[in-house]
Amino acid sequence: METNLVIENFKENFNSVIVEVFKKSEKRVTVTIKPDAILKVGEYLYKTAGFRFIIASALHTKRGFEIHYHFSLDKTELILNIHVILDKENPQIESLSNMFNASNWIEREMHELFGINFINHPNQEKLISEGNWAEGVYPYRKEFK
Amino acid sequence: MSKKTLIPIGPYHPLQEEPELFKLYCDGEIVKDIKWETGYNHRGIEKLSESKTYEQVFFLVERICGICSTSHPFAFANAVEEIVGKEITDRAKYIRSIIGELERIHSHLLWVGLAGHFLGYNTVFMWAWKYREPILDLFEMITGNRNSYAMFKVGGVRRDIENSKIHVIRKTLSDFRKKNDLLTGAVIDDPVIHARTKGVGILTKQDIIDYAAVGPTARASGVAIDIRKDDPYAAYPLVNWKVITAEGGDVFAKAEVRLLEMYESISIIEQCLDGLEKTKEGDINIVVKEIPEGIGTGRAEAPRGEVFHFVVSDGSSSPVRHKIRAPSYVNIATFKKSCIGQTISDATISLAAVDPCYCCTERMAVAYDHKSGRKIWNANDLINISSGKTSELKKNIIRQK
Repeated sequence: METNLVIENFKENFNSVIVEVFKKSEKRVTVTIKPDAILKVGEYLYKTAGFRFIIASALHTKRGFEIHYHFSLDKTELILNIHVILDKENPQIESLSNMFNASNWIEREMHELFGINFINHPNQEKLISEGNWAEGVYPYRKEFK
Repeated sequence: MSKKTLIPIGPYHPLQEEPELFKLYCDGEIVKDIKWETGYNHRGIEKLSESKTYEQVFFLVERICGICSTSHPFAFANAVEEIVGKEITDRAKYIRSIIGELERIHSHLLWVGLAGHFLGYNTVFMWAWKYREPILDLFEMITGNRNSYAMFKVGGVRRDIENSKIHVIRKTLSDFRKKNDLLTGAVIDDPVIHARTKGVGILTKQDIIDYAAVGPTARASGVAIDIRKDDPYAAYPLVNWKVITAEGGDVFAKAEVRLLEMYESISIIEQCLDGLEKTKEGDINIVVKEIPEGIGTGRAEAPRGEVFHFVVSDGSSSPVRHKIRAPSYVNIATFKKSCIGQTISDATISLAAVDPCYCCTERMAVAYDHKSGRKIWNANDLINISSGKTSELKKNIIRQK
């Protein structure tokens, strides 16, 4: 019941940017949104709706680059995946790290491993392979062998 | 501008479990800034997982962490079973929770021991590690291994706990409870430990929310996040227990949370053993023929906090994408808040308070003069500074009495 309420509230606020809502169960919901809206959605979830940012997972698929931002509403079992699909050639999206520090490292990691650019990131340095990996080679892309 | 000395605490050695480098920028005794470097031993487990079958991935993720080796298979099993959409049997749930809680006990004991060592309390170190030994023996009896238990699979567990062995587990736990009373008393009532840990390395509620920290680190600052309650899995909804929190946010609060959590773990295991006695022996698996297409998110509460696994399946025998987030990934970032402004002797225990791997800090820490490059202190010296502060305090407290 509460999950439906969360989805309704979310739809009310962001109807224009929602591409698809997929409710797998009461505990797991995936919402696909337009990438431009990520800052506003992130702000709403973090500041208004009381969600905790768990982590983000990047994927390299036929559709291009996809990111699942996993948000948890503790106490209600709900994990809300905010799903965005980015451009194949020039993947980029606004950084959430100016809002909360929790996404700082994972955005650096996605930049390093997938080559996704996070606009306005406070410090988009390499996280894992500083000084021992070639520039412009992204090991988690599908073409990397 | 004042001169800053760079103190690197961290390993460059591939044999370490968790190689990381902390660069402390100090002005005199006070830490002014901290930077963190990792990746010395990046194993590409997420990528590797894409080339393994679901059965093999369990053994792979078990090797992510040596101390909480069961929490990753736990979260991975939760994620895959979410894709499959089947409930496992009650007996398998109880066995999973028993393994998870025994692991919490041995991991917390390890932390308490090492924290004692860092503060110059080697008695606490020796006690804690001695009491940890019977728990590891239990693991050997139940799973065949003292560590990396290989107990989990999709749809259940790989080995049953025979009902005839239950009394041995009960006996060990009741012995351990008495020993834990001693240990908790020694830590919580000691004025010197109070002086060394209270008000040190404080993380406020806002810091926790900002960095999304999890586990005992969050609970010690009054943020009651516990996946076992928030997103119940395995046998946790079937037993009675409570989430331990503390308000201080300092090193002492973190120690308190961990020590008291061990009592909850004992109680959970005892209730799970009752549950085992009520279910049928051998009923530990359900048949899972294939993993359908879909995405699954699985969580488990490891001793250090929430472990998160995200699995994408295309219906084949291997995951297409497998994202793993261990609790230290978010907890270590809080060092920026807890260490800056501390003295070097307190920074050691503040870094240790979130329970990252200790051996790193212990073996490789060397302090160089920033200008001349001359070596000033090594790891032992740093520990000596810390223990020196404790003995100084001890003397003062005894003198006052």
